[in-house]
Amino acid sequence: MNAHVDKVRSRGFAMRNRWQNMPPQVRWVALAALIIFLYLLPNRWFYINLWYFRTMESDMATVLFETSFFVLLAVGLNVVVGFAGLLDLGYFGFFAVGAYTVALLTSPESRFGVEWPWLAAVPVAIAVTMLSGVILGGPTLRLRGDYLAIVTLGFAEMIRLYAARNEGIANGQRGIPQIPHPVPEIKGSDGQPWFGVVDARPYYWLTLTIIIFVILGVRNLTRSRVGRAWVAIREDEDAAQIMGVPTFKYKLWAFAIGAAVGGLSGALFAGKQSFINSDSFQLTNSILVLAAVILGGAGNIYGAVIGAFITWYLPEWVRGIGGVIGLDINVAEYRILIFGAVLIVMMIFRPQGILPSRRRAAEFADRREAAAPTEASA
Amino acid sequence: MSDPAIDTTAQTTPAQREALLEVDHVTLRFGGVVALNDVDFTLYKGEILGLIGPNGAGKTTCFNAMTGVYAPTQGEIRFKGQRVSGRPRHKITQMGIARTFQNIRLFPEMSALENVMVGADAHHKASVISALFRLPRFWKEERSGRDRAHDLLRFVGIQRPGELARNLSYGEQRRLEIARALATSPTLLCLDEPAAGFNPAEKDSLLKLIRKIRDTGVTVLLIEHDMRLVMGVTDRIVVLEFGKKIAEGLPAEVRDNPAVIAAYLGVPTDAA
Repeated sequence: MNAHVDKVRSRGFAMRNRWQNMPPQVRWVALAALIIFLYLLPNRWFYINLWYFRTMESDMATVLFETSFFVLLAVGLNVVVGFAGLLDLGYFGFFAVGAYTVALLTSPESRFGVEWPWLAAVPVAIAVTMLSGVILGGPTLRLRGDYLAIVTLGFAEMIRLYAARNEGIANGQRGIPQIPHPVPEIKGSDGQPWFGVVDARPYYWLTLTIIIFVILGVRNLTRSRVGRAWVAIREDEDAAQIMGVPTFKYKLWAFAIGAAVGGLSGALFAGKQSFINSDSFQLTNSILVLAAVILGGAGNIYGAVIGAFITWYLPEWVRGIGGVIGLDINVAEYRILIFGAVLIVMMIFRPQGILPSRRRAAEFADRREAAAPTEASA
Repeated sequence: MSDPAIDTTAQTTPAQREALLEVDHVTLRFGGVVALNDVDFTLYKGEILGLIGPNGAGKTTCFNAMTGVYAPTQGEIRFKGQRVSGRPRHKITQMGIARTFQNIRLFPEMSALENVMVGADAHHKASVISALFRLPRFWKEERSGRDRAHDLLRFVGIQRPGELARNLSYGEQRRLEIARALATSPTLLCLDEPAAGFNPAEKDSLLKLIRKIRDTGVTVLLIEHDMRLVMGVTDRIVVLEFGKKIAEGLPAEVRDNPAVIAAYLGVPTDAA
């Protein structure tokens, strides 16, 4: 089996090398084409021609929106887990904080009664989630590994239970309805606000645009002293500190940046759904985002994107395909089961994820070597 | 190669010496174990000081106390007149103390160049915000850090800056640790058994490298087992045994000191 594993792996590296050795112009054109494709994707006249790629039973634009905000979450979590190596099991806690902040500031049903427009509430939501990240990270980032995972897990559950039980602010299980959609001033050709109830395309385009900017930002950070500090911390925290890296500061930054992206996704979610309650923030979602990051390849931005896409889009797609070939099953019900099986297979054949970072791949190779030493390893 | 060592010693006369690091009657206990017992010596600016002793003598403990990893139970360690212990470790690095590790602790999945740049970042000021938006300060520091890292890699003799640290040879990894430590612009460089596992040729080139480092104005503290290397490169030597200082002086003096010989070879009459 090992020989096969190595073959698959080396093919992956060959593809990456080919991509990196292409002239930059070719790469830019390919990237631009991909981005245009993604913007065109939710249009019916476009995806109808894509034969079996589209979802058959659910609305393509809605699925794409859900996928895109899931991708955004994965990109944010990847900063924390992939780059800084901090195992965060409660990422949806930040998502909930962002969503509730927007809901409380904008909804006429909120006890705050301020009824801000959605757009004004977003920066506040990001600031509040960042702050909650710092408040949670301040005392807990001194912990390492498993301990941090337990604390973050507890944090997410605390937020969810508080939202479910608290009648005064969060309205308990009744949740907060009537959250306004983004920017009602922008009208479509029919005179209705562009960001409406039925058409999910504008939300998808908005999220896609945000993803592009977030990816650019994260990429800038990883290719700087910040990214070097994160990788150094991940690989040897003590050595990093002795080499002058203020480790606590950079871990806190990773946490805060991840939290801010999570809060931003929460704000988008609230603006689209117009209603939230604690059921939107189940623990399985946190696990699912983490699984998406690991599946795609922790430590690589594009790996996280692909992992999240597969985690969210694939089950919806399979649901439609099942109907086409005459199977009467609801794949969504089996999603976690199938996903678990896929993860197990992945851990055997490709533990570093589909598209790992170069470093992470090497780290896993080290472990493999340590597990089965050969005479080549010296 | 019988004794070229003695000629290279004592380039500075004691009169003009300026204390850089003072180990002031330091005692360090771990529970009931006394790891360091009233150790007292001074490291002068511009010298190469050897810290030697048999296994378990407390060399690395002393070293860790000097670099702020452990705080002394009694006594004090001062660097440029300031207390070392009680500060965060990265601040101690910024004060000008850099070190290497006895068991190599590079960042294995970073390239050689990136490893050194992490060290160079110790004095960089660019914030997360300026890295995020690529402000001018970020570019300036990134460029100067990269140039400095390339220079240091050349200085220690590593030809493949883009290679992952884990793919470098053992000797290159040891030298990369030195380059990374030098990148933090130290006034004091502490080397913890840098020649461990080296063959004689590698030891010779390391000896030259240590002298070259001293010639750039960096003070060097060297912990080493290999007597030939220690005798060949150090200006002065401090000998520890069972956590106590048993000798201090020029290499020639230390070598002829009966207590040192006893510590290394054992003397039947004084034993137990």
